Amino acid sequence: MNRDFDLIVVGGGHAGCEAAAVAARMGVRTALVSFTKDSIGAMSCNPAIGGLGKGHLVREVDAFDGLIGRAADAAAIHYRMLNLSKGAAVQGPRVQADRKLYKAAIHRMLDAQDNLSIVEGEVASLIFDGQTVSGITLADESQITAAVVILATGTFLNGKLFQGEETVAGGRTGEASAISLGQQIRDAGLPIARLKTGTPPRIDGRTIDWATLPEQPSDDDDWTMSPMSSRRDVPQIFCAVSRTSAATHDIIRDNLDRSPLFSGAIDAQGPRYCPSIEDKIHRFADRDSHQVFLEPEGLDTNLVYPNGISTSLPADVQEAFVRTMDGLSKAEIIVPGYAVEYDHIDPRALDRSLKVRDLDGLYCAGQINGTTGYEEAAAQGLIAGIGAACAIQRKDAPQLDRGTSYMAVMIDDLVLQGVTEPYRMLTARAEYRLRLRADNATTRLSPVAASIGCLGDERRRWFDDRQSRRARVLEELETVYSCEAIADQGMEVRRDGTKQSLFDWLRFPNISIAALKDLGLSVDDLDTGLLAEVEEDARYAPYLQRQESELKDLRANEQIRLGDDLDYAAIAGLSNEMVERLNGARPETLAAASRVRGITPAALAAILVHARRREAKNLAA
Amino acid sequence: MSAGDTIFALSSGQPPAAIGIIRISGPKASAALQALSGSLPEARCARLAKLTDPISKQLLDTALILWFPGPNSASGEDLAEIHCHGGRAVVRAIETSLENMDGLRQAEPGEFTRRAFTHGRMDLAEAEGLSDLLFAETELQRRSAIQAAGGALSRKVEDWQSAILRLSAMVEAELDFSDEDDVTPAQLEMVQSSAADLAEDMNTILDRPRAEKLREGVRVVLGGPPNSGKSTLLNALVEREAAIVSAIAGTTRDVIEVPIAIKGIPFLFIDTAGIRDEGAEEIERIGIDRARAQFDMADIILWLGPEGEGPDSLKLVEIASRQDHPEYQPKSPTVLSVSPLAGPGMDELVALLVERAKEIVPRGDEISVNKRQADHLAEAQVSLDQIPEVQDYLIIAEQLRLARAALDALTGRASTEDMLDGLFGKFCIGK
Repeated sequence: MNRDFDLIVVGGGHAGCEAAAVAARMGVRTALVSFTKDSIGAMSCNPAIGGLGKGHLVREVDAFDGLIGRAADAAAIHYRMLNLSKGAAVQGPRVQADRKLYKAAIHRMLDAQDNLSIVEGEVASLIFDGQTVSGITLADESQITAAVVILATGTFLNGKLFQGEETVAGGRTGEASAISLGQQIRDAGLPIARLKTGTPPRIDGRTIDWATLPEQPSDDDDWTMSPMSSRRDVPQIFCAVSRTSAATHDIIRDNLDRSPLFSGAIDAQGPRYCPSIEDKIHRFADRDSHQVFLEPEGLDTNLVYPNGISTSLPADVQEAFVRTMDGLSKAEIIVPGYAVEYDHIDPRALDRSLKVRDLDGLYCAGQINGTTGYEEAAAQGLIAGIGAACAIQRKDAPQLDRGTSYMAVMIDDLVLQGVTEPYRMLTARAEYRLRLRADNATTRLSPVAASIGCLGDERRRWFDDRQSRRARVLEELETVYSCEAIADQGMEVRRDGTKQSLFDWLRFPNISIAALKDLGLSVDDLDTGLLAEVEEDARYAPYLQRQESELKDLRANEQIRLGDDLDYAAIAGLSNEMVERLNGARPETLAAASRVRGITPAALAAILVHARRREAKNLAA
Repeated sequence: MSAGDTIFALSSGQPPAAIGIIRISGPKASAALQALSGSLPEARCARLAKLTDPISKQLLDTALILWFPGPNSASGEDLAEIHCHGGRAVVRAIETSLENMDGLRQAEPGEFTRRAFTHGRMDLAEAEGLSDLLFAETELQRRSAIQAAGGALSRKVEDWQSAILRLSAMVEAELDFSDEDDVTPAQLEMVQSSAADLAEDMNTILDRPRAEKLREGVRVVLGGPPNSGKSTLLNALVEREAAIVSAIAGTTRDVIEVPIAIKGIPFLFIDTAGIRDEGAEEIERIGIDRARAQFDMADIILWLGPEGEGPDSLKLVEIASRQDHPEYQPKSPTVLSVSPLAGPGMDELVALLVERAKEIVPRGDEISVNKRQADHLAEAQVSLDQIPEVQDYLIIAEQLRLARAALDALTGRASTEDMLDGLFGKFCIGK
């Protein structure tokens, strides 16, 4: 077997797979190292992909020809567009995925990928050459060398499982923890902190009284996660909605002292947006019922994932409270829920390509950086993979910013603010949300992807074709029509002599492209997704224009580089708190510094002055 | 506020002063200078020019103008300088003309310096001491905003901020977690009416007199044809009120400004006397133009000319002056009649001025905002005011974001995280 690569990716989860695949697509010789080949592409928690904010990330990774969107379609047994009644910018595509089909799809795509080798083995340690990482040593003491290593080890670093009074070392149930690697990373001086997350018990679907529960069917529409998936191939099934009851809450309340979250065994911070059921009942005592989605894990498995009752209570308590819920009185638990506490790297030690700032050749992606979720992991894998490939190929990595993608919003949040809870994407995090829609991800990002060689042949052809169709629509929409002509089509507009382009007319909520067909638009052959995207652009055009000036400012300040080694303590006028935050985040640009929490405009002015002065000194020297 | 805008500011000290230097920096600097002066002078050569307002065609001043094409200018951008007469009225008039030009705005504190740094034009010898100075200056600005009216403004803004954050959290919960039943749907009407209330509350303060009036004084312009008794009346007021600071020889040779404090209220009396004496027609026209410009900027106009012939303005107060003069022309019986030399009517006039001024000068016990604060506040107010018209949660969220950003600019900054704290604290979210 080959022992030398350009890039080694450690870990075959969502981050690792995307990182390895994108680097290989860009022509980098890549090894993907995993405990076992079989565990590559596993969905370790919730069998769902997408959602609000998360669906945006899936579409953005897909716009770079990533794996997650296509694999989700290949495995989707239930499609749901969240927020369908609201503007497209906050609509979130979400699917339930069959675990086996998902994994199979990932394996298929990785196997078909040139430049990519899969290596089975446990990574014992990194090989250091001074401050440069140059490869890995496996548990069998064999070595693999590469210019760059990406760590995508998820919760495998010093993971600890909690279930009631029991504690086990390990990442997921039944897998060993990469303790030695964790120690080495600590020794290398990387800032490490601890977080916790949890998972609900898995229930045997045959013991659920489905007939008594409200059904949630799959969407009727034919949308897919990836435009490359031409249709929904997998049979669609329904989910159901159960609820907790007063009896459920009583049982949980009576046993709070047996939960490691409350006994003090776990002190790491869990996510506010995904609290355990014991947390919900403790903190929101006034609520007498909580909704729980029963989500089948696949077509040929009886496992059902009860979404909403993540818990670390002892198994006997879990069984007792589950049986007090609607439709679950006879439910059997197959795998009890548990909490996991794990190490993560303070992502403020990373730069915007997710490279460890103080070490050469080492990148980190996914849950190891303090995030949660497949989609967040996949997006980081993609960014780290691109960053590593660009470094190896000695080209500039594309600069994505908060105005162009959710991925950049996430990276920016991580490397500047760090995390105090597992980081999950929310649309509320994106201040330029109106322009960052799930439905225009490919328009926003595929040109960037194409420019650095991320797109496979099939995708590139598809995208070129789409761009020309889009250009045609936009050109047609430039045609100017009078209010009379529009009103004659049966649409309500004031006959006040207004003449404007169709694009401008689309600003009115009661005017649509479809309704304008009789004006002679040749849009019949165009797909509805493309038309909906253009329509939405037109609808929000005034707001998007207003954001342009904000973005212009942002981008001007992104051009002002601060340098890595700015001594913030030496800048007169900065408070100790500011210095601490700035030292932690090491903002690369003035714009980034302005986003560090608590940094005032006055402080920014002082930083700017200092940076300029230093620059001039360096030039003189 | 964009870095690409063209900005201007008075770069010399506060008027009144012998001269005022107004700098204009940015891509539209040359267009702005041409609009005022007709043409650009040769680069880096001073030229005397008549400045006229491009819209009203009124003469503003005769001034020295200079043109520094970028990047070899103090700011590194295209830069124009106007060295005008240093009176408040002239400086204000030129600033107003500039402000009315498309793409131009008043510079934020420190913005010229900042641009100079951005373009690498700052003299490094200067830079040593500048960091502290700059910081002190901007910090002062922030503090003065916060400490205005004994902290009342800052408390008010904090209240608004937390109210808007609450609304944002509700709307964001609706947008990001509406699929979860633990989130009570934000009631659209509630959000809309709260936003309207906030906008109304801001409006109350925006409608109040600006804080600057306390420093600059209530502008009282004496109007009327030559020999209608303007100077006599002004002199009488000056002599009556011992509190006169100093008479300043006019901002231009034609206008006299006299600051007087009456009953603790600062007034600035402006006499447009002396216009006719030069006789020439050209000059006369200029004089009249200038008087009109003064009327536009006045808070109170005391009209001494023939009744009904003064400018059509709510600010106008008819005065029948020179009761004791041979050419005295009586006005309607309701008009205040004064005799500056003998004294009758003067008490009434002063009382009237004080009465009117109370509407114009902020009260000490009320929150008032200065122009910079008012600009940000108006931005927030407009964003909130539009919410009742909107049904789309996305747009409501965007309007709330803009309102938050505007208030942040007023006081310092908060971040999205603050909103998320509100959101997660209020709702039980998560499956």
